[in-house]
Amino acid sequence: MPGKLKSPKELEALNKKLAKGLGTDKARVSVCNGTACRPYGSNPVVEAFKAEINKKGLTDQVEFKVTGCHGFCERGPIAIVEPGNIFYQKIKPEDVPEILDKTVLNKQVISRLLFKDPLTKAEITAQADLPFYKNQKRIILGNNIRIDPTSIEDYISIGGYSALAKALFDYQPEQIIDIIKQSGLRGRGGGGFTTGAKWESCRKAHGDIKYVIVNADEGDPGAYANEGLLTGNPHSVLEGLIIGAFAIGSHQGYIYVRNEYPLALKNIINAMEQAGKLGLLGKNILGSGFDFEVRVNRGGGAFICGESTALMASLEGKVG
Amino acid sequence: MKDAVTAIIKKYGNDKSQLVSILQDIQSEYNYLPRTALDKVSKKMGIPQSQVFALATFFRAFSLKERGKHIVNVCLGTACHVRGGELILDSLQRQLGVNPGGTTADHNFTLESVNCMGCCATGPVVKIGDEYFGHMTNDKVEPMLNKYR
Ligand SMILES: Cc1cc2nc3c(=O)[nH]c(=O)nc-3n(C[C@H](O)[C@H](O)[C@H](O)COP(=O)(O)O)c2cc1C
Ligand code: FES
Ligand code: FES
Repeated sequence: MPGKLKSPKELEALNKKLAKGLGTDKARVSVCNGTACRPYGSNPVVEAFKAEINKKGLTDQVEFKVTGCHGFCERGPIAIVEPGNIFYQKIKPEDVPEILDKTVLNKQVISRLLFKDPLTKAEITAQADLPFYKNQKRIILGNNIRIDPTSIEDYISIGGYSALAKALFDYQPEQIIDIIKQSGLRGRGGGGFTTGAKWESCRKAHGDIKYVIVNADEGDPGAYANEGLLTGNPHSVLEGLIIGAFAIGSHQGYIYVRNEYPLALKNIINAMEQAGKLGLLGKNILGSGFDFEVRVNRGGGAFICGESTALMASLEGKVG
Repeated sequence: MKDAVTAIIKKYGNDKSQLVSILQDIQSEYNYLPRTALDKVSKKMGIPQSQVFALATFFRAFSLKERGKHIVNVCLGTACHVRGGELILDSLQRQLGVNPGGTTADHNFTLESVNCMGCCATGPVVKIGDEYFGHMTNDKVEPMLNKYR
């Protein structure tokens, strides 16, 4: 990995270098190894792909990616084969050699592994055509499928941290707050409060020490969006956190993650280490003179601690 | 034991606001929160015992009782509940002969419950150690436990 990046130019150069392979029609297989696909046996499928690709000598020919949640967990383990956007579901390790031989090398579709519409019984090949995805515009979680969440290079290759560079060098904090206000972005914690207004009130608040907290205590069961994002694209959370901190004038952040999410914890901690090494977190970020540190705290399994004041009490070492 | 606790406190720079993390690390070390360790935290960090115990009893992730070698966690979150998580809990209680929070006489298993582990699509879910078992049914309970016996 290169050393610390000292300017937006250096980040841009790294992005160009890493983005080289993208957009070509090189074969790519991306397998979900998110938290929900694991109980379905995604780990053995990933291992089978690695072993088969090696055995067949395809390492240069096929780009293999292990990713976080693709969204359609119900059908795991899931693989997407490019080019073609081919969606395979409920894959078993035994299916792997066939996927490589038929689909990756010979562009044949294996109908047994396709999704079948429960109503029309029609087989659907492309992920984008599945009823589940067709009516969604996946902005926050949509990049999960394109990147290995444990690799900062992957995130930078798709333009990661370029918004941070822009925020730090092209705008004043007040301008960023205006942009966020105009965008209409609202909180995801349940209340749907306007993010721009929240940031503005923090910027204007008295006192010079300010903190930003990422609330990933996700207490409501059934919707593990925080888990999917922290596990599948942790750098996007970090980038947003640093931009928010710059806008309100904070130098210390906290990420509060449920203790029941071990993989999310592992991936966000790894992301913080990588960002620190590249000079995207810590002192003098990208040579801008802006300093920002982050600490990760684990929840203790109390639903109430997702509420903001209880969360802050627990960050101070008290009961929520 | 003394040294491990001291090392953990030191790792967090004696920072009182990190008490939850310190207790979490102590629990990972001993599998539960031993009384002597809590006394030590209170003395070393100058935090009243009442406050240490308040935290240790407030968060359900902490255990003041010694736990078994394998922690069996049944998910009773909403998604798993509607898919029959309670039935799986029943079946585990019968097979292990303990109630939630209890540890088997041979110290091999502790039965616990949790509210959502972030993989609701595979519910009902049971987790043993780091391994997840999805789409649980009563028939699958015994073979699952046998892997750890
Ligand atoms: C009982 C209770 C539980 C809550 N749990 C969560 C939670 O799990 N995650 C979350 O982001 N916000 C939760 N909130 C809302 C937070 O208090 C806070 O409003 C929110 O994190 C602000 O972030 P936002 O601006 O993105 O909405 C909870 C609130 C209450 C009253
Ligand atoms: S965890 Fe694999 S699709 Fe959600
Ligand atoms: S409710 Fe059981 S994993 Fe979410």
